[in-house]
Amino acid sequence: MSCLVIAELENGTPNRPSLATISASLELESTIDLLVFNPDKIDEIKKIKNVKKIYSFKNKIDNLLAEDLVNCLKQIAANYKYIIAPSGTFSKNFIPRLAANLDLQPITDIIKIHDKNTFDRPIYAGNAIATVRSHDKTIMLTVRGTAFQPFAQDGGSAEVELLPDLLEGNHSKFINKEITKSERPELSSAKIIVSGGRGVGSKDNFKIIEELADKLNAAIGASRAAVDAGYISNDYQVGQTGKVVAPELYIAVGISGAIQHLAGMKDSKVIVAINKDEDAPIFQVADYGLVGDLFTTIPEITKEI
Amino acid sequence: MKALVAVKRVIDYNVKIRVKQDNSGVEKENVKMSMNPFDEIAVEEAIRLKEKNLIDEIVVVSIGSDNVQETIRSALAMGADRGILVKTENELEPLAVAKILKYFVEKEESDITILGKQAIDDDYNQTGQILAGLLNYPQATFASKVIKEDNAMLVTREIDGGLETLKINLPCIITTDLRLNEPRYASLPNIMKAKSKPIDIIELKELNLEITNRLEILEVKAPPERGGSVKMLDNYNELIDVLKNKEGIL
Repeated sequence: MSCLVIAELENGTPNRPSLATISASLELESTIDLLVFNPDKIDEIKKIKNVKKIYSFKNKIDNLLAEDLVNCLKQIAANYKYIIAPSGTFSKNFIPRLAANLDLQPITDIIKIHDKNTFDRPIYAGNAIATVRSHDKTIMLTVRGTAFQPFAQDGGSAEVELLPDLLEGNHSKFINKEITKSERPELSSAKIIVSGGRGVGSKDNFKIIEELADKLNAAIGASRAAVDAGYISNDYQVGQTGKVVAPELYIAVGISGAIQHLAGMKDSKVIVAINKDEDAPIFQVADYGLVGDLFTTIPEITKEI
Repeated sequence: MKALVAVKRVIDYNVKIRVKQDNSGVEKENVKMSMNPFDEIAVEEAIRLKEKNLIDEIVVVSIGSDNVQETIRSALAMGADRGILVKTENELEPLAVAKILKYFVEKEESDITILGKQAIDDDYNQTGQILAGLLNYPQATFASKVIKEDNAMLVTREIDGGLETLKINLPCIITTDLRLNEPRYASLPNIMKAKSKPIDIIELKELNLEITNRLEILEVKAPPERGGSVKMLDNYNELIDVLKNKEGIL
């Protein structure tokens, strides 16, 4: 019995959330097995310390469907004590489906490990933390990448097992994919986020936010009020019903700080609030506050940084 | 063609959550409750399909105590046709909920079953996918666009970094993301009309399903406080200075 980690790759090797997931998994078991969907850099992946075995495929698989993946995984997964993946839209799509096949109840988004079957996870968009114990024979977890350090030790020499090609089912078909071509980092994995609220005032004014974000190599976010006012499309929305983020630096510009917004960003490491209203609730969660007119302040910061 | 929509009654998204003193959960007494926002989007999408004459009937299913009828009633007021309440006082986990929903998807012969991608209370994001797995139906999660094409659904999904489109055969499971639609407000006449729409009330134990929770909640705590420690700065130079020199971020 051991631990299977289903990793996501970036340029052929495990991405940061996957490395954090490896760290979390090694708190549970002394060695782990990895499953990756691209064998191109498998010689590099083999070097990760404490990885015993790597499952992969003959060729890189793009556009995986949950149905096909689960059909392939259900045999392998049954042999493990733990099945673990980084939290994200990829794992959230197939982990519960796999769980249904194995009659298991997964625990999503763990942020802390207490012991072999007890974990902390945020509920109510992080407004409360639940300590949860699993009584399942196999424990399925997804791990919040921001809650664990990325694993960085090498010296391993894992064996490799190539799995047969996935069989494509008849009932689901991949049609196409549009990956947003943005030079900016993605909201959910960005180190820095510059976020604008209703105070920004208009769609055109959002350029001020964009310019600062570009200077900092940051992602752009927005409050629901800014989205509802039509300043920016709602895939940028940070909040309880939007994206929950935890960057190293979150700069809230012209955001008053409604509960639903705070729920989506209050786990950020450092929060800076810039607002002309000194009584805005955003200052209650911020580490640094600046009362002032964003239309003069933000361009100045962009220029000076 | 029939659509089944699952809805959950949760604490309203604008309410500030308070953890109970004994750390057994969050305070739900005298707190405003509403339909889970993602489930509202699911109800709206079913209604839009019905308005296009692509489906004939919308059945709304919910699980919980008697006051969950209110939540079902608001879905009926939006435009769903009838409701089913599965009565239980226990809080059920996604696997248990999915087993109950499977029973009704099969009994009602639902062609398109729509759920919110996650409930904003437990934030699991699992029930739709587990349901699809239990039924071995095709799934399209985190939908931002749903189009019917012959005997299949063309669904655009939100994935990390962009969008993906799948074609899935009926019967199928779809879970909704934020961008799919903007739910309507129920009009007064429709709220009145909804009062006479039927809601079947069934005790969970009458279904004879094998349902046990697998997880035990040991405690619920408030997250570490970060409030009250804000340092107000006088100008942007100070800000740049602390971010560079004190926090070492820039």
